[in-house]
Amino acid sequence: MEGEAERPLATDTSVAPETQRRVMAAPAIEVIDVEKRFGDLVAVGGVSFSVQPGEVFAFLGPNGAGKSTTINILCTLALPTGGSARVAGFDVVKNPNEVRQKIGLVFQEQTLDDQLTAEENLRFHAVLYGVPKKYRKERIERVLELVKLADRGSDLVSTFSGGMARRLEIARGMLHTPAVLFLDEPTIGLDPQTRSLMWDDVMTLRREEGVTIFLTTHYMDEAEVADRIAIIDHGQIVALDTPERLKAIIGADTVDLETGNDAAAFEVIKAAGFQVERGAERVTVFTENGEGEVARLVELVGGGVRSVHVHRPTLDDVFLHFTGREIREQPGESHTGMGRAWGARHR
Amino acid sequence: MTDVINTNDNANPNGSNFSTELRTILMVWQRELIRFGRNRTRIITSLSQPLLFLFVLGYGMSTLVGSTEGFDFKKFLFPGIVAMSVVSTAIFSAISIVWDREFGFLREMLVAPVRRSSLVIGKTLGGASVAALQGTIMLVLAPLIGVRLTVLLVIEVIGLELLMAIALTAFGVFVASRIERIEGFQVVMQLVLFPMLFLSGALFPLSGLPVWLSVLTRVNPLTYAVAPLRQVVFAAQNVPPAAAARFSAQVTIFGHVLPIWSEVSLVGIFFVVFFLLAVQGLSRRQ
Repeated sequence: MEGEAERPLATDTSVAPETQRRVMAAPAIEVIDVEKRFGDLVAVGGVSFSVQPGEVFAFLGPNGAGKSTTINILCTLALPTGGSARVAGFDVVKNPNEVRQKIGLVFQEQTLDDQLTAEENLRFHAVLYGVPKKYRKERIERVLELVKLADRGSDLVSTFSGGMARRLEIARGMLHTPAVLFLDEPTIGLDPQTRSLMWDDVMTLRREEGVTIFLTTHYMDEAEVADRIAIIDHGQIVALDTPERLKAIIGADTVDLETGNDAAAFEVIKAAGFQVERGAERVTVFTENGEGEVARLVELVGGGVRSVHVHRPTLDDVFLHFTGREIREQPGESHTGMGRAWGARHR
Repeated sequence: MTDVINTNDNANPNGSNFSTELRTILMVWQRELIRFGRNRTRIITSLSQPLLFLFVLGYGMSTLVGSTEGFDFKKFLFPGIVAMSVVSTAIFSAISIVWDREFGFLREMLVAPVRRSSLVIGKTLGGASVAALQGTIMLVLAPLIGVRLTVLLVIEVIGLELLMAIALTAFGVFVASRIERIEGFQVVMQLVLFPMLFLSGALFPLSGLPVWLSVLTRVNPLTYAVAPLRQVVFAAQNVPPAAAARFSAQVTIFGHVLPIWSEVSLVGIFFVVFFLLAVQGLSRRQ
């Protein structure tokens, strides 16, 4: 993930001149005002972003936010009703075949023929994607090795576990050395261990083949692997930045203190200049460096502190901040919203 | 990024990708054969139905109908059953597209940078090969029924089987391209395939029928696929004139006997129409 610190802090989606100078190549994906309507329903409402070659870019959003529709447009499976998109330099509407040649796809659902062997599935793919015959065998062996399935090549896919099948699909997606690999909710239905194995595979591929990776997910921890994350909700991109900077937008750490006398603790902390709130059974302090302030807070309150809990912002918080969903659903938690707003203002 | 092979070096976005398309057709065709060969139960079950028809219906009806100068109903029925077996295998192969859709493999094919028509051609040829193979296996039973085989007859039969199979597979791919769910497949079988088979003249002669039945059989495109097969089989036998009249292999329209070339042409047209519709059906983009 080197280089991410140099990327501009921008929640808009244009590429800053600085970045353009640094990355000489054309963007791997360039999306301008793409919109998709199904009758009155707006699935994607005018999104714009670009992804640089070699970048891992995540679309994070709840189900139905427009992630799959966007990916379908980029993969030429669906036509946009407005805007334009280029993938690997080709327009997805005007040159669908060229785009397909340049991309690898791993769908949400399994798309292997389980009555064929792993190698037969790969051979089928190699032929359809025009991998020259002289490279075919070598390339099949290589991708099988990359996903650690080299010894299972001649087994029927019907004998594979879900995780193995998924890794085979990733291998297949990489078989024709695509410029961009699309992963649509790639870990759905996989156990945590298999998920982490799969991400190891993906990162190996990225390192060894330099592929650009575009993934959609609704798992926060998965989006963490990305260089940049676009948070999408109701068909709109509501935030776009590196995971670190998104968390920085949230800003404040929270320190929860349980004390013998909350009222007194609240007054003394407030008097010391902290942003603080009194909850039912605790006092919550919002600060940029929660861990660093713990000692001072305890000292301020004196002997009455029963427990201290420091919470760093996570992508969950970022997501809630931008979509506001949980705040609406759980009105009792309103202080977190206030605290976050404070943190965002002070960064 | 060391030793990454540029596998796109033969990709020519605008020029002729003829060899890629040809390889795609062969690959899709090969997949059908691999799957067929791997599924032994399917081979056995798809043989059981025609056998049931041939022996149970054939022997049952032969006692009832009796024979005319040594030519009995079983011999009439035989080419019809061969045709039935080809047709149902072809439809089943084509309908596997619905399964491919359900299990996602169709998507893998549809996003590939190849023409949809190549996929349909491959699928059609694959299904047709399997169906013709199935029909040809049935010929082994000919001696049991008393049907005489000659080398020429076997060649003619295989040729007609292939034509019939290609047409019906194209039809099946078209239907499958419009079916979104597996449940739809049952409906198609009940409402389309079985009526077409029963009204094709595979099981009974098409002469001397009530008007409504006569009309339905003549409207049914399958009729023109079954009749030529029976005609070439009969041509290789010594069918006495009285038997030929009673167990007619011909299709007549307003008293005119259709020549075999016109029947074959009709099947050819049927193929072209449904092939184009199938390509169109698979080319839709959301």
